[in-house]
Amino acid sequence: MKTMTFFGLMAGSSLIAGAAMAEGTLNLYNWTDYTSPEMIDKFEAETGIDVVLDTYDSNETLLAKMQAGATGYDIIVPSHNFVPIFISEGLVQKVDATQMENFANVQDRWKNPEWDPDQQYTVPFHWGSASVSYRPDLYGKELTSYGEYFEPSENVKGRIGVFKTPEEIVNLAHLYLGQDFCNENPEEMQKVQDLLVAQKPDVVAYSSEGMNDRLINGDTIITSHWNGYSFKGRKLAEEAGKEITYAYPEEGVIGWSDSLMIPVGAENVENAKIFMNFIMDPKNMGMQSNFAGYGGPIEGQREFMNADLRDAPEINVPEDAKMIFSFACNEKSQKLIDRVWTNVLR
Amino acid sequence: MANLPSNPALRRTLSLAPALGIIGIFMLIPVGIIAVFSFLEAKSFGGVVWSFSTDAYVQLLYERALDDSLILSPGYLIIIWRSFLLAGIAMLCCLVVGFPVAYFISRQPLQHRNMWILLITIPFWTNQLVRTFAWIIILGRNGIIEAPFHWVGILGSDDTLGLMYSNFAIAVGLTYTFIPLMVLPIYASLEKLDFTLVEAAADLYSSKWEAFSKVIIPLSKPGIIAGCLLVFIPSLGAFIQPDLLGGGKNMMLGTLVQFQFSTARNWPFGAAIAMILLAAVVIFLMIYARAARGQQKMELH
Repeated sequence: MKTMTFFGLMAGSSLIAGAAMAEGTLNLYNWTDYTSPEMIDKFEAETGIDVVLDTYDSNETLLAKMQAGATGYDIIVPSHNFVPIFISEGLVQKVDATQMENFANVQDRWKNPEWDPDQQYTVPFHWGSASVSYRPDLYGKELTSYGEYFEPSENVKGRIGVFKTPEEIVNLAHLYLGQDFCNENPEEMQKVQDLLVAQKPDVVAYSSEGMNDRLINGDTIITSHWNGYSFKGRKLAEEAGKEITYAYPEEGVIGWSDSLMIPVGAENVENAKIFMNFIMDPKNMGMQSNFAGYGGPIEGQREFMNADLRDAPEINVPEDAKMIFSFACNEKSQKLIDRVWTNVLR
Repeated sequence: MANLPSNPALRRTLSLAPALGIIGIFMLIPVGIIAVFSFLEAKSFGGVVWSFSTDAYVQLLYERALDDSLILSPGYLIIIWRSFLLAGIAMLCCLVVGFPVAYFISRQPLQHRNMWILLITIPFWTNQLVRTFAWIIILGRNGIIEAPFHWVGILGSDDTLGLMYSNFAIAVGLTYTFIPLMVLPIYASLEKLDFTLVEAAADLYSSKWEAFSKVIIPLSKPGIIAGCLLVFIPSLGAFIQPDLLGGGKNMMLGTLVQFQFSTARNWPFGAAIAMILLAAVVIFLMIYARAARGQQKMELH
């Protein structure tokens, strides 16, 4: 009798699961701290689709998981430099964003980007930049060049923070040295390595987390940083009576942009497309920006953003500042980056 | 009972089956996968190409120059050496701190000992990451240790002792994390130790030091060796402490493996390093087994 009940329950629960699937589930796989709960509530209320959220902390993790055959996700959110890898490795399917009703809301500069020229696979999401942030109250002047970061003067020595992601830090070095990203020239890569090795004695920590903590308590005076993260840091610093400034050095900042994509084998493709269309609505993307602290690609979303974020210097790139997009490096330059990084950290 | 096969060999095989099954599924197969992967070629964006290659092991010692010639490169050997050194230091610190604690507990009245053991294991109830983060607050700038120096004025408002983000901080973190693994086995040995033997040594005019070094230490040796292994092995592969407390400035074996599987996307090389780590552990376990056997022989005499 007991077994009967047990099997009865099993059958019942699988029926319920089946029903829920038919009504709609969306398995969203997104970055940590990057999904506005308010926006998700609104989506669920409007569409009746249940959103299940899972998170990751780096493009590498996402790629490794997808390559290992992870299934059960309907939307993933890789950065632009990983988009071509997901496409060429056959891990994503076409979505044809241009056919979606709200695609007209996308700002022209984010339409048909170089990483997806025909907009076949991606729907644009947040964009932002990487540069350095510093403590003007401890540094004492305006930071205008990466020179102070890579070759610190006396008062910043020993108080430098560096990302743990080699690609970004190597790109910052290229910007400073006036070299191309994804460099395959061993001599130029040697210059990058020499620069990073020489900087190392003055580095407090190589980490892509806790940059704001270290800036605020003074462990670092200059650190590599992302604009949205630095925006949050500025707020925290103000509460502690300190200052954090996100710099736009004369050499430029590194741009990045995340995209929504549908992996091969997604179970709820239609729901994923409904979500993609939903997020291209100015109100919804504005809501999402408020949570994430990053700007978005939708015309008119500013109207729905909190005033402090809307006008933040971190997300409004000054007219005269350069923003240079990195792209996915080929195997040869990737190997050089890895080797430089291992030589720096060994 | 009547259903058991009468053939003793078959019966033995069947009764061993669950244990063998678990070892096979959860140990041999995963380790086998790692071993196989370490002899394959890396795919550009992660994953492996199914063709035999010893590149991963060659890479440990040699760097491929641009003209494809091989140059001896100490980079990874330095990382291996640093890992062994820090794991060794953590092991010694654990031993120096852990032995007196274990001895103290074993000398307590029977009814109190369990309470002390409970206290030793309490930190295990909290997530290791959280406990490691706590050390940032203790060792960090304006942290608990530095604060008094600031109050007295020995340190200026913008000065620091520099305890955090150093090898010292890594050693502290490893010692703190793994010390229960040292205390418990030593306590287990000392608890069984017959202290009348120590009294006998005293009656035979041995000094306190002689009683300690010639009676207590040899008799608690299995516990000491087990404790040292239990601390040394996980320290060797640790990556939370070097990252959070060391500031990620110098790679250790654990961080190197993680780097190969994530950022560098070289699975075979990551697998090869894991195999080296495994080989090191097996060697230490064999040394332990030999020492333990020597111990048994000694006791029989």
